Amino acid sequence: MTDPTKKSVIVEREVPHPPEKIWRALTQSSLIEEWLMKNDFQPVVGHRFNLRADWGAVDCQVLAVEPNKTLSYTWAAYGLESVVTWTLTPTSTGTHLRMEQSGFRPDQQQAYQGAKGGWQQFFANLEQVLARID
Amino acid sequence: MADDVFKALADPTRRALFERLARDGEQTVHALTDRAGVSQPAVSKHLGILKHAKLVRDRREGRETHYRAQPQALAPLIDWMSLYGAFWRERFDRLEFLLKRMDQ
Repeated sequence: MTDPTKKSVIVEREVPHPPEKIWRALTQSSLIEEWLMKNDFQPVVGHRFNLRADWGAVDCQVLAVEPNKTLSYTWAAYGLESVVTWTLTPTSTGTHLRMEQSGFRPDQQQAYQGAKGGWQQFFANLEQVLARID
Repeated sequence: MADDVFKALADPTRRALFERLARDGEQTVHALTDRAGVSQPAVSKHLGILKHAKLVRDRREGRETHYRAQPQALAPLIDWMSLYGAFWRERFDRLEFLLKRMDQ
């Protein structure tokens, strides 16, 4: 399932809400915009969509839709080709929500080295992100 | 170190200076000032911050200081993993905030 030469970012959290409610936030375009980015998402396998922010856009395609359980889409931006997979598991108090973004290759930074490809716009928005790293 | 690089490139004037040096090669402070749209002391100050982040190197020749880009200094900030880790944690926070506001 996972290519061992590639790495993943995994974020997991216990959320005190039922899977059905989280599913809506993950799959309804207007709700996605509220927590992620502007988009033209549709929960249909094969559907291509963009996530748009002021620093640029992410090209995506829906790979898997299993209501209230799992959602997966490709995520391509600035030379990064990856797959984002959401997994919802009901618990006694709500939901265990897991996000895995896989496909980071060790050589991924090559896409950046040319100082082209719009990295400067990406960095323009980076200060905010950075403030949360430490 | 990564922090210095991020901060150095968060400023549009410094990004423009760095991009010019990366694209056009070594240049003097004077040449950079001519096209930077800001005063020479301002350019020197920006170059100092880029130098501190090791994004540029300088060399004196007579009365002129020449600068050139050190693109390899970008390496620490090209850590996609930490960048996206922080990105998603922040988006999880927003998602939870949204869930609180949504009705059942």
